[in-house]
Amino acid sequence: MIEIKNLHKGFNGEKILKGIDATFEKGKTNMIIGASGSGKSVFLKNMLGLFEPDKGDIIYSGESLIEMNIDRKSELRKEMGMLFQHSALFDSMTVEENIMFPLRMFTRMKLTERRERANEILNRVNLINLNHKRPSEISGGQQKRVALGRAIANNPNYLFCDEPNSGLDPKTATVIDQLIQEITHERDITTVIISHDMNSVMEIGETIVFLKDGMIAWKGSNKEIFKTDNEAVTDFVYSSDLFKKVRVAQNQGL
Amino acid sequence: MLMLIGVFRRPTKTSVLKELILKEVDDLVIGSIGITAFISLFMGAVVALQTALNLDNPLIPKSLIGFATRQSIILEFAPTFISVIMAGKVGSYITSSIGTMRVTEQIDALEVMGINSLNYLVYPKIIALLFYPFLIAIIMFVGIFGGFMASVYGNLVSLEDFVIGLQDTFIPWHIAYAFIKTMVFGILLATIPSYHGYYMKGGALEVGKAATTSFVWTCVAIIIANYILTQILLTS
Repeated sequence: MIEIKNLHKGFNGEKILKGIDATFEKGKTNMIIGASGSGKSVFLKNMLGLFEPDKGDIIYSGESLIEMNIDRKSELRKEMGMLFQHSALFDSMTVEENIMFPLRMFTRMKLTERRERANEILNRVNLINLNHKRPSEISGGQQKRVALGRAIANNPNYLFCDEPNSGLDPKTATVIDQLIQEITHERDITTVIISHDMNSVMEIGETIVFLKDGMIAWKGSNKEIFKTDNEAVTDFVYSSDLFKKVRVAQNQGL
Repeated sequence: MLMLIGVFRRPTKTSVLKELILKEVDDLVIGSIGITAFISLFMGAVVALQTALNLDNPLIPKSLIGFATRQSIILEFAPTFISVIMAGKVGSYITSSIGTMRVTEQIDALEVMGINSLNYLVYPKIIALLFYPFLIAIIMFVGIFGGFMASVYGNLVSLEDFVIGLQDTFIPWHIAYAFIKTMVFGILLATIPSYHGYYMKGGALEVGKAATTSFVWTCVAIIIANYILTQILLTS
């Protein structure tokens, strides 16, 4: 579980996060949604410890990230897996080497064991026969799946995903979403996903935090998001033509 | 300075570091032998030719060609001129490769995994460039060989006179001076481009700009360091 308490962060006098309180539960896919510029990525980077908050606290299973020394922070990060928006695969390595990388760095596994585990993961993310390809030789969707494979290779307790299906076709996006949800449930880990894709929200948003102007404007689940009267949320949700039509149909009782 | 503190903190797993260092030695040092040897061969030849063509006075012995070639190659050409070329070849490679990793969030990925990215990326380059004096030793040999070929086979001086010139008033300290300079330049070649790549902000365009800036600053640092080291090591 991750608890966020009164989190503030700004850059050059401009306040980006203005007092965020949230709890991300274990075994659930927790989503952070909001329009571009609402502070989602800054929020995530604070949680990862890539940014130092100006005020507030981030608590990982009862332990404050702010009070941790650099060595403890480094240990905690070994329990984290991160799927970056643009995959962030190491382009000097092959697909297999990318997946084996955390295993190589943090375990005493032999090469054959690491290979076995990499193949198991590649199979899990539906990628076969790509072991020796470079990231530049595979498609965006495949890169995302490799990045997800790398994120889960070392069995993390916390999985973070920054816009996991941006730039993907709807079918591949659904595959990625389902994989994330399955992994979260199977391994009972805390998953935090940043997204502004309403299909993802509908599909896997078990708990949702809606950010607006650096503050939490709404909290709920994918079952509640279409029932809320919160204007900021409805503006965001029904900004998509598809969902506008769904609302019209709902209002007409179709 | 802060970067260097970060480089030596929280070291990466030894077996991984060994592999990274060997890869960097291959990329940065061994991979530079070809072009630097080529330049050196012809520069040595030109130094010998220029000296020979400017020797009008019959009182000055022809052996001066060998002497001038040796001195200019060992004292300045091999350590300094080649380091400036390396700032372009190796320095811009270091800046652009680290800068691209920054732009594509690969450095963030390392940090999120709990890896000290500065140690992982910069430390192997610093260690690899400590092998830089080996490259310069080859360059010295090739440069003098180039001078020998041009002057002896170009009938500007006899083999005996060239060899006498090479051995004339040889001061072993000059070799030590050249290698001390090379070692310092090696550290500059590893750290300045790494700094510009690691701390760059922006996108692909800024990677190019950072590579250019790092080349300029590495050259400036090499030239200034060259003056200071010469002042300290040769005049005292």
